[in-house]
Amino acid sequence: MNLEGKTAIVTGASRGIGRATAIYLARSGAAVIVNYAGNREAAEEVKQIIQSEGGKAEIVQADVADYSQCESLMQSAIDHFQRIDILINNAGITRDNLLARMKVEDWQQVIDTNLSGVYNCCRTVLRPLLKQKSGGRIINLASVAGLHGNTGQANYAAAKGGVIAFTKTLAKELGSRNISVNAVAPGFIETEMTAQLSEQVKAQVIERIALGRLGKAEDVAEVILFLASSSGYITGQVIPVDGCLVM
Amino acid sequence: MSIEDKVKKIIADQLEVDGDKLKGETTFEDIDADSLDIVELVMALEEEFDLEISDQEIENIKSVGDVIEYIGSKT
Repeated sequence: MNLEGKTAIVTGASRGIGRATAIYLARSGAAVIVNYAGNREAAEEVKQIIQSEGGKAEIVQADVADYSQCESLMQSAIDHFQRIDILINNAGITRDNLLARMKVEDWQQVIDTNLSGVYNCCRTVLRPLLKQKSGGRIINLASVAGLHGNTGQANYAAAKGGVIAFTKTLAKELGSRNISVNAVAPGFIETEMTAQLSEQVKAQVIERIALGRLGKAEDVAEVILFLASSSGYITGQVIPVDGCLVM
Repeated sequence: MSIEDKVKKIIADQLEVDGDKLKGETTFEDIDADSLDIVELVMALEEEFDLEISDQEIENIKSVGDVIEYIGSKT
């Protein structure tokens, strides 16, 4: 998988799946834009790791929920590395609660970041991608919650379900330009996002996973890397990476 | 370069057709341009002539002549 000469943008790359993905893409030769919203220190660390392995990386702050910040993100990528080939829409947040207790702002923030954030980044990356006329790879992070629903995550599941439908639509619109658009749907992965779950809930989750363990960020990153470096004939698909989870 | 020549060159480059064959009455249907081709063409025109073309205006652009007329009226 050789990504030499290509530029990849990974949103939310300071931690978790985004971090592992940024490192994997860089190891394959891609120049990586490590985007982060708030945790500069963690983003800086990802950049250091990549550079210490001889890879290329720059950090760029942007909140994907804000359209104009996404415009600046794409411009920064071009300023740093002259082109964009791969976009990984990974940035995401959770504000879990049963719907009966879910606040309007918890609904809105999750939709703004997890769904509108994907629109914002895809919309703003299109001009450079189309102008380059050399295809492209877009990979969106969905979730098993978006496929099956998940108690306590009406907001998150709705956003991720939206991401799946968005992915399939964009794949149709851009197929003729060799821009593939796919989604990866992680199950329960050991990240800061799932660290919030109680031991009891974790044990219940693990019982439902055929592999008997939570996934690792790297389990997801390797699938993203595969899609990012593929010929592009896989498009409009959703690939679950969940250790055979029964929801 | 006249606006007409500039527009024809952009259309030829964007849609990968022979510029000499583009006449005012040539429609985008004639040269097999799909909806995304038109969007790409509009993006290139917006950049070259530094203007913003609305979706409604795009709907009225059917031929090479329409583009030349439109750009001429805006510049």
